[in-house]
Amino acid sequence: MTTAVAARRAPLRWRRILLYAVLVMAAGLYLVPVYVLLITGFKSQQEALNIFTMWTPPNVIGFHSFQVAWFGAPDSVGLEQGFWNSVQMVIPATLISSMIGSVNGYILSKWKFRGANLLFPLILFGMFIPYQSILIPLVQTYQLLERYTGIALYSTIAGLVVAHTIYGIPITTLIFRNYYAAIPNEMVEASRIDGANFFSIYRYILFPLSVPGFVVVMIWQFTSIWNDFLFGITLANTPKVYPITLSLNNIAGSFHVPWNIQMAAALLTAVPPLLVYIFLGRYFMRGLMAGSLKG
Amino acid sequence: MSRKPRNWERAVSILLLAPSILALAIFVYAFIGWTGYVSLTRWEGAAPDFTFAGLHSYQRLFLGQGTDAIRFHIDLRNMVGFTLFFLIACLSIGFVLAVLVDQRVRAESFFRSVFLFPMAVSFIVTGVAWRWILTPGDPAIGAVGINLLLEKIGLDSLKSLWFTDPTVKFITPDSPVGQILNQIGLGFLASSDVGYAMALTALVIAATWQLSGYTMALYLAGLRSIPDELREAARMDGANELQVYRHIVIPLLQPITLSAVIILGHISLKIYDLVVSMTGSGPGFATDVPALNMWRTTFDATLFAQGAAIAVILLFLVAVLIIPYLAYNTRAEAQR
Amino acid sequence: MQKKSVLVSLLLVLALVLSMVPSASAAPASAGMACAQTYTIAAADWLSKLSDKFYGSILAYWPLMAATNQKNLEDKTFAHIDNADLIDVGWKLCVPSKADAEAFLKTFDPNNPAALFGSGAKGQLVVGSWWTNAGEFAGLNEIFKQYKTQNPDVEIVNATIAGGAGTNFKGQLLTQLIGGKAPDSFQLHAGLEVETYSPGTYVVPVDDIYTSAGFEKVFPKDLLAMLKYKDHYWGVPVNIHRSNVLWYNKTLFAKAGIAAAPATWDEFFATADKLKAAGVAPVALGGKDGFELQHTFEDILAGTLGAEGYKGLWTGKTKWSDAKVTDALNTFKKYISYANADHDALTWAAATQLVIDGKAAMNIMGDWANGQFTAAKSTDYGWASSPGTKGIFVALSDSFALPAKAPNPANAKAWIAQAGSKAAQEAFNPLKGSICARTDCDLSKFNDYLKSSAADWAKDAIVPSVTHGAAATPKWATKGYADAVVLFATSGDVAKAQAALVAAAVDAGFPQ
Repeated sequence: MTTAVAARRAPLRWRRILLYAVLVMAAGLYLVPVYVLLITGFKSQQEALNIFTMWTPPNVIGFHSFQVAWFGAPDSVGLEQGFWNSVQMVIPATLISSMIGSVNGYILSKWKFRGANLLFPLILFGMFIPYQSILIPLVQTYQLLERYTGIALYSTIAGLVVAHTIYGIPITTLIFRNYYAAIPNEMVEASRIDGANFFSIYRYILFPLSVPGFVVVMIWQFTSIWNDFLFGITLANTPKVYPITLSLNNIAGSFHVPWNIQMAAALLTAVPPLLVYIFLGRYFMRGLMAGSLKG
Repeated sequence: MSRKPRNWERAVSILLLAPSILALAIFVYAFIGWTGYVSLTRWEGAAPDFTFAGLHSYQRLFLGQGTDAIRFHIDLRNMVGFTLFFLIACLSIGFVLAVLVDQRVRAESFFRSVFLFPMAVSFIVTGVAWRWILTPGDPAIGAVGINLLLEKIGLDSLKSLWFTDPTVKFITPDSPVGQILNQIGLGFLASSDVGYAMALTALVIAATWQLSGYTMALYLAGLRSIPDELREAARMDGANELQVYRHIVIPLLQPITLSAVIILGHISLKIYDLVVSMTGSGPGFATDVPALNMWRTTFDATLFAQGAAIAVILLFLVAVLIIPYLAYNTRAEAQR
Repeated sequence: MQKKSVLVSLLLVLALVLSMVPSASAAPASAGMACAQTYTIAAADWLSKLSDKFYGSILAYWPLMAATNQKNLEDKTFAHIDNADLIDVGWKLCVPSKADAEAFLKTFDPNNPAALFGSGAKGQLVVGSWWTNAGEFAGLNEIFKQYKTQNPDVEIVNATIAGGAGTNFKGQLLTQLIGGKAPDSFQLHAGLEVETYSPGTYVVPVDDIYTSAGFEKVFPKDLLAMLKYKDHYWGVPVNIHRSNVLWYNKTLFAKAGIAAAPATWDEFFATADKLKAAGVAPVALGGKDGFELQHTFEDILAGTLGAEGYKGLWTGKTKWSDAKVTDALNTFKKYISYANADHDALTWAAATQLVIDGKAAMNIMGDWANGQFTAAKSTDYGWASSPGTKGIFVALSDSFALPAKAPNPANAKAWIAQAGSKAAQEAFNPLKGSICARTDCDLSKFNDYLKSSAADWAKDAIVPSVTHGAAATPKWATKGYADAVVLFATSGDVAKAQAALVAAAVDAGFPQ
């Protein structure tokens, strides 16, 4: 045994070095956009204008670009309004859709009824559809609702919350159903013998165990709602309601906004989901798996 | 369960599920039905017009002579080209990264995080960053972006016009691929409607940056679930590392590859935000895709019937991918 | 574990509360807000900073604006705030109490800015437009001032929405019109763009204003024809821009030994060759937003087919299969071959900048480009009508239209009549960088370019621009024609492009 190890050690070390070299290089490549965003964002207008030095770090680190990207300038609108709109949209939509998903997941995993196995894929289908195929009726429904009932959903944050909540149900239901399915039925059965009913089982057994599940679902919903663009551009018709991704796209799309401000704005837009990712990365990974691996 | 659910519990469970079911029945299924109906009408302009027009919109898109047909054919061509290259890039890079990270490396979580973090970022942010990186510059004035880097390290030949490159590499009937197609009776595919728009490469790069880490995560989970004994046994039998992967690991990872193809595939068919922020469908319509065309046709040009038709076709393509997968999963679960 | 689940349920309660934020709009009670204190704006103040100071929220600036505007009606020492982003040092603000401000915010709907302005004795005038850039904004304010002198009892609400040549504005306006929440008057490109708003349903004719103000005598005949749709006038034009202008850099022309701007396409390409030989990039072209290409091609069409032939393309009199259209396509292809290679990455402004900076010699663009030349203090640039279009004025115009459900129709009609008046047009246009739609304006306040343009306007044949909403229905202009041109610019396939243009005309109801 010892001889075999000794014989394999030398080539092994070179392979390890090569392995790390490849990994470090790959990591470097993945970080290129971050590097570019950072150095360009911290440059002054004057420095950023010289596009031939775009790869060179700034001479002087300045926060001017971030200030303009956030507050806007006389000839451009900043991210500020969009940021708060997104916050107002993402918090209720995330919480409500997670709660609904938890209840649905509980019923579909522990209270299976006839047809539940057929119903489940029908619910899931909703998360794969291209939303283009429901946009026209969605806009029409919102407009008709406002005309006949006065409930304003079109071009309001409430309308965005409703859309994100409903179209979030399939994925939240899926994750919770898989999460609860992993909790042994014996536990539920034991409590039933003790006289627990539908509500008390959820309240005293499953819900207390759900915190990791909620974290996973909420991270998933938070990032995907924060990053959404399609519902925003379709349902929000005024800068007063634009979510942040739209504000960013407007900044980047207008020809007179310089690169340093565009990059600063992109960075600011990416910060909340990145923070979530950095601090809750472990759960994020679990969320990815739960949402995708098991159908 | 040992004790049968009481009737009221049954009722409550269904009552609590009902709002979700109702919401999805309306917001997914009824809405899809309504979109389908709109696609069969003459609705153009602000005011709805539900005069029945049959398959008029579809006919225009597939068989018409006008620009909407030309543009729609380009969309389909781009969708195929983009999906193909994006899948190949994502799966191969994701797999390789997973294998590398799986070698019990130090700082594994660091590498994993670096490869995975783009996933947390919006496609709009990705588009803005990569557009800046891939801005080609003018040959007369000077290269910028990645071209500038390539120039500096002496790889001038790799310089490209990136997302501003309007050329389309067609599969011409006399090209080798065209001849093969001809021989197997698919000669009609070798036409100017089929090809690869070079500008798509920029989108493929950005999308791969964003999602290859995710693919890696999927493969990594798969690799971790393969018992070490299996590989060890193969090594004992004298298989080298390459053979272990070829004959043991890759076949065992097939379900993961299938999941990844489905997930990445449906993202790629629906790709929209990235195109909006990076190229806006230009140059010409070299990077136009059905999802974007649908939005512009419907909400910019207010041709609702035609936009609905594009949406229905897009949904159909996604459904072809998703429904067998869902059915397969449901059956597999029922057997479990 | 117990603690955590309490936290989660708390979060859920919060979610429910947040979701119940009132969404139905009631009329905000701006009238009921008294000033808890007054504040005079100092340097480096802006409204959200002040709202943060008074109410602890940077988004609570609406009540400040509403209360100040209401107070301004009774007491002119208080400021009048037209635009929350534009305030000035020394303005006196009325600061309502925190309770009043919160009550106001609860009912305020940002889509309905009327509540930000007090209501005069004769009600309000809500004017929707996308004029937010400095010059346009200042010009619009001039007309507002005139209106206010004549209608002191009407409170003016400037409901501008920035962005994208009005695309954001148009999207929102359409939903407002359909939902019955129309402004009193709104900005509309003169011509067939009106079809977007289902004329007769959402907008109503303004023929009576034409009669009472005698507009038919002061606008050129060709313009009147352009404005008429289904035998009615749907808006009164304020200004005119010209599409067919060739801009050139005089220094580069001198360098290549060129004496005059080319008048025909043959001369144009000869000039371009000379420039090339002298080492100068001949043509700057933008194409990022697609419209730059469509714009150039409409000027080539006008230059190749002449005024009548070009006009006929949009009325069915000229066939799109005409050999001259083929010529125009070939000319366009040749034009592109002389242009910068990266034109698909440049906007029109970036292309204009190339001419200003002396990096390229010529550029075809509308006369809003003149603003960029003057802003850059460029002195060595010249202009001419684009090749082949001498005596033709390819025009686009902004007008004001009347929604069917205008809340204050009398005020709206007075506004629309005002917009067509000599005084309004003379005040507005020098600031906007356009010329009067009327032919009787006093030119002394206009710059040299505008003077020359106004002279042409009075004598040239006027034809409508298609790219800017005047010549064809929106569907034809923004889909059929536009897509064909964009496709052609990259494919260069003349036969295919012409077939597509023919098909677009057939779609629009003009059998070829």
